[in-house]
Amino acid sequence: MKHLNIVSSGYRATIEEQDDTVVWITHCFRNAGGEIDMLLSGAAVNYPVRGQKVAPVTIGGRAQKHGPDVHGQVRELVGKGAKVYAVREDVEERAIDSRKLLQEVELVSRDDLPALLSRYDRVWRW
Amino acid sequence: MKNAKKVLTFVLMDAPFESSRTATALRMIDASIRRGFTVNVFAYEGAVLLPFKHQQAHGNLVHGRDVEEEDHPLPREWIHGMIALAKKRGASLHWVNCGLCVDERGAGDAIDGVERGTPADLWKMASESDNTLVVPTA
Repeated sequence: MKHLNIVSSGYRATIEEQDDTVVWITHCFRNAGGEIDMLLSGAAVNYPVRGQKVAPVTIGGRAQKHGPDVHGQVRELVGKGAKVYAVREDVEERAIDSRKLLQEVELVSRDDLPALLSRYDRVWRW
Repeated sequence: MKNAKKVLTFVLMDAPFESSRTATALRMIDASIRRGFTVNVFAYEGAVLLPFKHQQAHGNLVHGRDVEEEDHPLPREWIHGMIALAKKRGASLHWVNCGLCVDERGAGDAIDGVERGTPADLWKMASESDNTLVVPTA
């Protein structure tokens, strides 16, 4: 069964969770044997941008020295054989240079989303 | 019953008292049980607090009502009621809390009937369901 997870909200609670929880659960499904791909939309289209990192954050005297590596999560998902798509218009609206994206990420225009979604048996929008 | 063998899975993410999406989802779950569906719920992230045992009702000074008069709704009571309703109707409500999400939040004290699980359980439940609805947080 082919499954597509759509990430609709970028950097949601990533400091507290130390990851994007939807990308994380996508890894879990993949590890459980699921044939699962991912579509990034909205602010989440920034995930494939190379060179991003999170500086340590200190709150209440507690320093969090290693930040969430959402880009790395996406890269590793691609490494596991998952297809990762990003909505082209969401990339362009944010003036993201598409040349800075992970090269494995495929840009899909909004007009082409119905065709993409129809290739999957199950689509979950998170 | 026409829908007796149908299985639906719901994924909830919002913490209690934060979003009307949760009340809508719980109403859908209630309606599904009443129509004879077998229902799975996977509570992810803040939603693991929906069946938290220590939720307490309160009075409301602005409303001018004490605890009894205010009759404040609690998600744990809704969930308890739906589990009981499912049993009474010979249906099933299988509520699974994401274990790591529970640990993060210290939300281990859930009402009876709530199980602890993993995303692999969700994958299995969804794979065996007729349909699945994800109700994500914003």
